[in-house]
Amino acid sequence: MGAYNTISFKPEHCDGCNACMTACATAKAGSDDVVNSRIQIVADGDAFELAMCRQCGDPKCVSNCPAAALAKDGADGVIDWDGSKCVNCLLCTVGCAFGGIVYNAAAGHVVKCDTCDGDPACVKACDRGALKYLTTAHIYNEVGDLEDLFVPGLAGCQGCNTELIMRHTMRRIGPDTVLATPPGCIPGMGSVGYNGLTGTKVPVFHPLLTNTASMLTGIKRHYKRQGREVNAVALAGDGGTADVGFQSLSGAAERGEQILFICVDNEGYMNTGMQRSGCTPFGAWTSTTPVGERGKGKTQDAKNLPLLMMMHNCEYVATASTAFMEDLYDKLDRAIEASKRGFSYLHIYSPCTTGWRFPSAENIEVARKAVETNFVMLWEFNPTDGLRLSRSLDEPRPIDEYLEALGKYRHLEPDQVGHIEATLRKNVEQIRGLAGG
Amino acid sequence: MQETQYLIVGASHAALSALQAIRMQDAEGSVTVVTRDDALPYSPTVLPYVVSGRSAPERVALKDGAWFEQNRVGFIRGAAVTSVDAAAKRAKLSSGEEIAYAKLLLATGAAPILPPIPGLKDVKFHVLRSLDDAVKLNQALPNTKQAVVLGAGLVGMHAAENLAKAGAQVTVVEMQPRVLAGYFDAEASAIIEAAFAAKGIQLMLGAKVSRLETAGQGARVTTDKGAALDADLLLVAAGVAPVTDYLAGSGVAVERGVLVDDTMRASAEGIWAAGDVAQAKGFYDEAKILNGILPSAVEQGRIAGMAMAGDPALKPWPGGVPLNTYTFFGQQAVSVGSQDAGEVVRKEADAKHYLKIVMRDNRLTGIFGINVPFDPGVMWELILRRIDLSSVREAFIAEPQKTARTIMSRTWR
Ligand SMILES: Cc1cc2nc3c(=O)[nH]c(=O)nc-3n(C[C@H](O)[C@H](O)[C@H](O)COP(=O)(O)OP(=O)(O)OC[C@H]3O[C@@H](n4cnc5c(N)ncnc54)[C@H](O)[C@@H]3O)c2cc1C
Repeated sequence: MGAYNTISFKPEHCDGCNACMTACATAKAGSDDVVNSRIQIVADGDAFELAMCRQCGDPKCVSNCPAAALAKDGADGVIDWDGSKCVNCLLCTVGCAFGGIVYNAAAGHVVKCDTCDGDPACVKACDRGALKYLTTAHIYNEVGDLEDLFVPGLAGCQGCNTELIMRHTMRRIGPDTVLATPPGCIPGMGSVGYNGLTGTKVPVFHPLLTNTASMLTGIKRHYKRQGREVNAVALAGDGGTADVGFQSLSGAAERGEQILFICVDNEGYMNTGMQRSGCTPFGAWTSTTPVGERGKGKTQDAKNLPLLMMMHNCEYVATASTAFMEDLYDKLDRAIEASKRGFSYLHIYSPCTTGWRFPSAENIEVARKAVETNFVMLWEFNPTDGLRLSRSLDEPRPIDEYLEALGKYRHLEPDQVGHIEATLRKNVEQIRGLAGG
Repeated sequence: MQETQYLIVGASHAALSALQAIRMQDAEGSVTVVTRDDALPYSPTVLPYVVSGRSAPERVALKDGAWFEQNRVGFIRGAAVTSVDAAAKRAKLSSGEEIAYAKLLLATGAAPILPPIPGLKDVKFHVLRSLDDAVKLNQALPNTKQAVVLGAGLVGMHAAENLAKAGAQVTVVEMQPRVLAGYFDAEASAIIEAAFAAKGIQLMLGAKVSRLETAGQGARVTTDKGAALDADLLLVAAGVAPVTDYLAGSGVAVERGVLVDDTMRASAEGIWAAGDVAQAKGFYDEAKILNGILPSAVEQGRIAGMAMAGDPALKPWPGGVPLNTYTFFGQQAVSVGSQDAGEVVRKEADAKHYLKIVMRDNRLTGIFGINVPFDPGVMWELILRRIDLSSVREAFIAEPQKTARTIMSRTWR
């Protein structure tokens, strides 16, 4: 048992067609009168709001029921109504602050959403993507049940995103793996271990910054020769990927080696004191692009590593963010599959609380803002389908929301923000062009 | 002597809600619940339906033994707390047993008031507060031809309806000029009164019982207007008062109920009170009031439990808002908030429908309806949050349910 599935509503995708209400009324009351729908979309001009049972964790309708007619089902999280016990007192409707349980005149008693036994009719009827039956929590639960392949107590900074990435990805990839972790935060926090003990539960090795992809190539080929099927995976920082590691990476990709190379991009050499890398964006403060009387942060733009990898025509290339875990997991699955056929590359953005200077509790929020402002774009590529967007680039949030969240941009002057905006526009157009519109 | 970290007196809504809040924060601390009822926890609110036979007594339990076990709570039933020593932190039970506690919750609810009517002591009468009361009334039903109910509050009205449905000729005697005076104004009450009259229930309003005497198997009821009624069943439903007798000499300050602050703490160290027994701040002014309704008991119980367990998420009691839902003969009456804490901005009534909205400074203070749909829980929240409705005032007055849902979905979705 763990978290539950829920029906989620995105008002921005709703156009008020009422198909969900008709579907619900039909399914639950055998009538197409929307007054009988357990989901109520409320139109306010051209905006849409929702009144529906939220299947609360600590439901007040249940506490307010004097007849024990309402109960939250521990297995599926749904609040069940028992008509044989209900006395029609309506006190549940006093407890509910969401308009989720209401008296229905046709039925002669209160009615509420029961999620149609996990297959909600309203969601199936919504072709605008406004209603979804979310399975995110299921993914966490599923992955939570898998073995964590790192030891407890890795020495990451408080709020480290990279540690999340390491644990989640390796859980998903599984124990039949040989792992390469070149110098950077990942070995730095203890994955390669101390004093002869490793911090992982799979074979791990610590290549040089320069030769990760070639060492992994050799290991994978060796296992293949022995007839053993193992995943050869690199978890590397952006320095080890984009800068000194690039030569061996590019070679392995070009040769189509059957490995999965994951770049955990925190936009700099954070482990060794926050120096700039080829992935550090324009304007960012780092210890080698300082801010002072003359310096105003990095003066060059970041190189677009995932695009570079795409140009190698790899079996699979994708970008991902921990703010969008469902997407990340889907891509991991495809990346592992692809690495059995050829070279697979996954670029995961990893905001760094210490090096980017923001409160440690805000990591996922920062990751989300990066995506929602289009600063980071989520897409995937394979040679057959080309590049496809995983998330629309339309209607981004203003870039200021992202820049203002980070201490490393605190000093920015208007002309620098202008530069960042221009680069962003250019990058978005480029990806749009590749995605075919 | 038994020792417990948390001692909870009472096993109804306030108690259970506190218990859940305690276990949310403190999974280990020992908890003991004591109730004078020899039954699994049940709600007084369900009792009219036990009287009518709609709810079987064995199906109304809010929690069962397995639940207490699962939550590792000691459940002592059929034993009343007879005294509390706040200084020594001990409670004495009717069984003679003593329990030492670290923290004590008083959730003993309320009990029927027996008005000073000459002769009441000497006649047979019923009250309705406990499961035993309800079972006795249910058993009396088949032999009841003439029933008299004293009091036209919620308890009296529920009982009157069920007695009538069971075939009795029912008369309700009420001092106030209308029924359910605490929740509805004259026009709204008139709709309810008409429904009762249509079912042959006689309502004697503005009348006082002046004398009671035994007559045959039943009682003779005489009113101050000179009417005389014969009843083979007499139900006294003249209001309730907090159960605090066991607190005499305890050092806990009691006015009409146990006086509590905004975290339900009583005057004595280590003691909290919640539900019908507590006298807590009202919402519309700071005066401490009795607000004996189920949703308040649930809310206060939760706050008390959180305070007792030291839950940092505790938010103080916002103040009691009178509210209720009342179903009668298949019709729905809902009352949320105060009739007179603002000005009436909409009011309309016909034979079957009624809607009244009261606002102050563009904020909702009360909304009352009969057979008009709106979400009481959403309205309650609008009142508690003192949401400024100036930008949607006309829309709210025209379509309260829809507008309130829109605000809800935007504000606390
Ligand atoms: C017939 C009827 C209909 C009602 N209808 C409605 C309604 O429609 N809407 C509404 O909001 N409210 C209604 N109420 C009121 C509602 O039931 C109460 O507000 C609510 O039950 C209060 O809960 P509580 O936990 O504070 O106290 P109670 O429910 O009164 O419970 C008190 C508990 O304390 C125990 N106890 C008392 N004294 C002692 C002692 N000395 N030692 C040990 N245990 C003790 C009792 O056994 C009981 O378990 C109705 C009440 C009645 C009687």
